[in-house]
Amino acid sequence: MTKSADRTPKIDVRVTQIVDVTSEIKRFRFEPTDGKPLPVFAGGAHVVVEMEDGDTLRRNPYSLMSSPGATDAYNISVRRDPGGRGGSMFMHDRVTVGSLLRLSHPVNLFPIDRRARKHLLFAGGIGITPTLAMMSELARYGDAFELNYAVRSENDGAYLDQLRNTYGKRVSIYRDDQGEQIPLTTLLAAQPLGTHLYVCGPGGMMNWVLSTAEGLGWPAQNLHSERFLAPPSGSPYEVRLAASDLSIKVGPHQSMLEAIEAAGVDAPYLCRGGACGQCETRVVSFDGDLLHNDHYLTDDEHAGGQKVMPCVSRFEGRELVLDR
Amino acid sequence: MLVEGIKSRPIYSPLVARTGTLHLFMADGEGAQAILDLATTASPGFFERAHICYIPRAAAGRGFESALQALNPAAFYVGPTVAAALPRLAVELANAHMGTQIYLAGTEGMIGQAMVVALAAGVDQASIQREHRGSEARRVQCVHCKGITEDVTTQPAKCAHCGLMLLVRDHYSRRIGAFQGVCVDAEMPGTAPDPEEAFR
Repeated sequence: MTKSADRTPKIDVRVTQIVDVTSEIKRFRFEPTDGKPLPVFAGGAHVVVEMEDGDTLRRNPYSLMSSPGATDAYNISVRRDPGGRGGSMFMHDRVTVGSLLRLSHPVNLFPIDRRARKHLLFAGGIGITPTLAMMSELARYGDAFELNYAVRSENDGAYLDQLRNTYGKRVSIYRDDQGEQIPLTTLLAAQPLGTHLYVCGPGGMMNWVLSTAEGLGWPAQNLHSERFLAPPSGSPYEVRLAASDLSIKVGPHQSMLEAIEAAGVDAPYLCRGGACGQCETRVVSFDGDLLHNDHYLTDDEHAGGQKVMPCVSRFEGRELVLDR
Repeated sequence: MLVEGIKSRPIYSPLVARTGTLHLFMADGEGAQAILDLATTASPGFFERAHICYIPRAAAGRGFESALQALNPAAFYVGPTVAAALPRLAVELANAHMGTQIYLAGTEGMIGQAMVVALAAGVDQASIQREHRGSEARRVQCVHCKGITEDVTTQPAKCAHCGLMLLVRDHYSRRIGAFQGVCVDAEMPGTAPDPEEAFR
């Protein structure tokens, strides 16, 4: 039973396997309850997992890590985040083999550019998950690729042995506790023309990789990244939905989008992480501060106050009216 | 000025010195002036990491070669024809690394052919700078015999290969770096209008 008016097609799945990958990361296998083949996807795609946690409907995006050709099941990996809003803790502590969950169809905001002469992949920590599906696809095509994977330690690194065994020299692993660091500048300067770069990992690592590449003259067309933001918490506030003629309350740990959905209003979304732009909503008027947290709108649009991305952004002030 | 509003035609804009580890320039004719203009704003030492390939063509004897050489690029080549210079560009690109910036300046025919070589080397077209300078003559491919006629200035124009009179269309092919020419008097051969200068 879903508590929102979201009418996009969903996939009902059963959890058929849970594996402890590291002390913090679990892998979940989802199989469709109707036994029909799952939609095919391409490396880099994610699904939004819906979790019914009491009165709260949680929706978190997770990258698909299974082989893009496999339609019998999807695999995702989830790192537990005790400081987060509770989605990952729900997956770790409440979901068991046999649990029923609901998925969105796969969406790809981080696709491979097939025109590339070579694919240079960077992953940090749990950012390895989309990379796994991408490499499986690239290996099938016979494309040239290389992975540079930064982990805290041998024990904290997910899928290290699997990567070493499957891809051998195409994978370089850097363990932070061993003082190993990606030799980024040397590595980037040695790439043949036509190389495309992909990075997924913590914000600091992504900024470092992308800004170093830009500084060496890599064109923007060759740089690809994906980063989902968790909706930040904040003070509760009220929003007036002009088109629906409703006033709603947004809780301290709830996103504006979640509050809109909980009120039964069908609002568009894809990534729920401030990246894709699908949930862009027109601001009718406001008296206060819009706290933009997305990285989709431009700085000018953030300053302009005409648009807001309700999946991650918040509001502080007297009144906010949205065209929704 | 080039004809405006042709959707398939590449967008040309003034060359700008970009950040990069190697700067590859290819210019023909008055395209040399685009490099000289860029040099006035480039940082000191910029040309120490630049290779310039120049084909004087109609601008021969105007001192562009010596002016370009005075920039002291790391490599400097003056070639007799665009066709002779293109294989050099292909070899340079095959040995180049990411961080290489590509600058093309001059006639549309040269830029189009250099683009074909660069795209084949895996470079994204949006990351190549192109500035049109000099003649607006078009490089035209005859859709009938597929032969390419260089430096077409008239409308219609005679195909240098099969001899048909071609209407030079505003349809540019990025893949072959040429405009499309279609027989203008196919229904009634011999009724083609006299060629008039259309592209100076």
